[in-house]
Amino acid sequence: MSHVIDSCGLSCPQPVLLFLNAVKENPHGPYSVLVDNDASRENVSRAARNRGFAVEEEDQGNGVTRLNMVKT
Amino acid sequence: MKHLSNVFSTTTGITVVGLIFGALAVWLQHAGNPGNMGICVVCFNRDIAGAVGLHRAAVVQYLRPEILGMVLGAFLASMAFREYRPRGGSSPIIRFLLGAIAGIGALVFLGCPWRAILRLAGGDAHALFGLAGLIVGVGIGTLFFRMGFSLGRSQSQGKASGLVLPGIMLGLLILYLVDPQIPGQDKSGVLFYSIKGPGSQHAPFLLSLGVGLLVGALAQRSRFCTMGAMRDVILFNQWHLALGFLAMLAAAFVLNVAFGSFHWGFEGQPIAQPNDFWNFLGMVTAGLAFALAGGCPGRQLFMAGEGDNDAAVFVVGLLVGTAMAHNFGMASSGAGIGPHGAAGALGGLALCLLIGFFNCKRGA
Repeated sequence: MSHVIDSCGLSCPQPVLLFLNAVKENPHGPYSVLVDNDASRENVSRAARNRGFAVEEEDQGNGVTRLNMVKT
Repeated sequence: MKHLSNVFSTTTGITVVGLIFGALAVWLQHAGNPGNMGICVVCFNRDIAGAVGLHRAAVVQYLRPEILGMVLGAFLASMAFREYRPRGGSSPIIRFLLGAIAGIGALVFLGCPWRAILRLAGGDAHALFGLAGLIVGVGIGTLFFRMGFSLGRSQSQGKASGLVLPGIMLGLLILYLVDPQIPGQDKSGVLFYSIKGPGSQHAPFLLSLGVGLLVGALAQRSRFCTMGAMRDVILFNQWHLALGFLAMLAAAFVLNVAFGSFHWGFEGQPIAQPNDFWNFLGMVTAGLAFALAGGCPGRQLFMAGEGDNDAAVFVVGLLVGTAMAHNFGMASSGAGIGPHGAAGALGGLALCLLIGFFNCKRGA
């Protein structure tokens, strides 16, 4: 079961910060981050890939994307 | 819906965008914009505030087409790439205040982060103090983010609500065409035009507008942000946006050297004030305001173009703040800081610190 982080409606840098704070607690994940704008989607994905996670996007409708991240 | 791949948000993409911005800015300077001011988001908003009569400082009144283009370019790009998404409601009045404070702080230094880059690229040594202040201000902002600072979540809004700021910019553009500048006259219809000083120095209308549109579109795609460049390095050791920042500096520097417009030193710099303590502190204030609001003034224009009404409120705050900076003697001039510049910078800093403290551990 992955840990779900809802970052919808939050502005930079909070989505990335929420994800990185979670990674600090548990470096292995897996995580799912909900994002609702493209800048956050790119920023969280970039931060996750830099820390060795594979990122998969899942459209949730209403402009929300779920980023599923598994440590590789 | 599959997301379109975005080449501009890659490492190469953001670097190329930074290089293009540096080159375009130097081009605008050679085409008539003031020295080391190819693009300055704060100065140009101040000039727009003057053009519509929000302040009456006769030397800084011109409806800068760059700003109109930057919002409209971002709006068109977000529409074309299906990223237009009206949203808002994340502490709008605080964002208004942050915009106003950012404008006041930046006008003590005489430039936003974009102009700080261009001033350094032109050899203005005072810019080092402004950039140092910016780093400190953004650094203070990251401390608040580490303590859980948030202005709360935004909500989706109706499709039409995101059209308001782009609509205002389009309206101003039409006004410019209806009331064009008449050589030697300080007013045309309802618009004020400087006949001397920085407001009288400008590139041809179509070039300014075209560059603005291009910058808006490229920045919307690449998420270029001069404040985020510093914040991400301090907060996450993430250099992505910093590459864009450094590329803009490098391109402007190389072109200034190539075209003879690089003059290193503290003396005789265009539109610069000599007191480096206040250059530093003005930008600490502005940097903290940008950080708490989540973007440099340019990024606020681009996000407003995408439908972010919280960013739009920041932009309106910036317009009002820059007007107040001149009305209340807080803006600097070539001679030094204004009679109330110190009060503006320190008061703004105090307000930002209060906003920071009172919005920690909320919303996240």
